[in-house]
Amino acid sequence: MSITTDSKFDIEVQPPYLDEAYKSTILRAPLQPLVVPKKKDITLSGPLFKDFKLGALDHDLTKNSVKDGEPIGERIVVHGKVTNEHGHPLPHTLIELWQANSAGRYVHKVDQHDAPLDPNFLGTGRCMTDAHGYYKFYTIKPGAYPWGNHPNAWRPNHIHFSLFGGDIASRLITQMYFPGDPLFEHDPIFKAVPPKGRELLVSAFDLSVTEANFALGYRFDIVLRGKNATPFENL
Amino acid sequence: MKTSAVKKQTPSQTIGPYFAYGLTPQQYGYDFDSWVDHDMVKGLNNVETITITGTVYDGNAQPVDDAMIELWQDDGVHKLFGRYGSGTDEGNTFTFKTIKPKSVNGQAPFIHVILFMRGQLLHSYTRIYFADEQQLNETDANLNAVDADRKYTLIAEKKGDSYVFNIHMQGPNETVFFEI
Ligand SMILES: [Fe+2]
Repeated sequence: MSITTDSKFDIEVQPPYLDEAYKSTILRAPLQPLVVPKKKDITLSGPLFKDFKLGALDHDLTKNSVKDGEPIGERIVVHGKVTNEHGHPLPHTLIELWQANSAGRYVHKVDQHDAPLDPNFLGTGRCMTDAHGYYKFYTIKPGAYPWGNHPNAWRPNHIHFSLFGGDIASRLITQMYFPGDPLFEHDPIFKAVPPKGRELLVSAFDLSVTEANFALGYRFDIVLRGKNATPFENL
Repeated sequence: MKTSAVKKQTPSQTIGPYFAYGLTPQQYGYDFDSWVDHDMVKGLNNVETITITGTVYDGNAQPVDDAMIELWQDDGVHKLFGRYGSGTDEGNTFTFKTIKPKSVNGQAPFIHVILFMRGQLLHSYTRIYFADEQQLNETDANLNAVDADRKYTLIAEKKGDSYVFNIHMQGPNETVFFEI
């Protein structure tokens, strides 16, 4: 018994390598057609995280880098389910996170945006999905920030996500957005995703995880491609 | 048995320019623990290690200073993963310490490369093969799926006890990228 998924990137929802509206793609997109490997390989596996040890505060970006107080901004809780394309939950999936602070400033040394750093907020964290594919983390809602792609270009508020399922085909780096952002229609990175895929990047406000007198909740479900059921069948 | 997908894949988005403090924090000097780095052989004893170095070049043949390179190898004995950013070393090179994987089922040994950078909305996949495996490289089905005049882009050159594998995103030496 085996279940395999055609693990190609789904062009109905995935962005292309080259999209001239996002200017950095012009010199960085591969231009030759991709080569399709002849055989399925025994090595189409990937790192597994069953025994991975998270730090105690890795999942709480509001606490994991405080120096002398609480980070400034709107506290939020983000949760969701990670599944494969068949809807099966993917347990023990590592999720790495990074984001701007509430003023729209990244800690990264090359971020020159004239907005304040927050001494109590690094803006990075990690969490894992549980046995049912669920994850949850706490953070501060990131601010919008300007970038140099075109005059008066601004990125919508977003959190960067990096995920590993069970094989390298499932590898995903993406960005989670917030509902109703007026910057969507002006953002070439968001709009590089075909219209059918865009709503999949937008979290939903979720009253069920909103914590009274504490934090608004958002839900963001993630679907990884990959064929982690039976990588060996065609050898 | 094949079943059709019932859920749409979550679309990919670029890693952007600011990943370092989240994904490669210690390499870049940020105060957050890295769980992975360029040393893929930690905890392995009595193995013959190799070094793989290289540079990622853009379409103007300029070194890319904000790429993230991941390596994955699995020869049935050793499953090894590494990650490195191209923003800290002189010349924006990347470096990995690992072992050369064994040949599996008569294939030429190779390492998977997953490549991310600002300006890539979707990551790309390539492979590192080894120049000193000439015989297996000649008969390998995957290498032979590649146009003969582009095969060399997948083969790391041996220089002393290290291998050099440069990645060209575009141009006459554009690296072969795979659909995975
Ligand atoms: Fe960002």
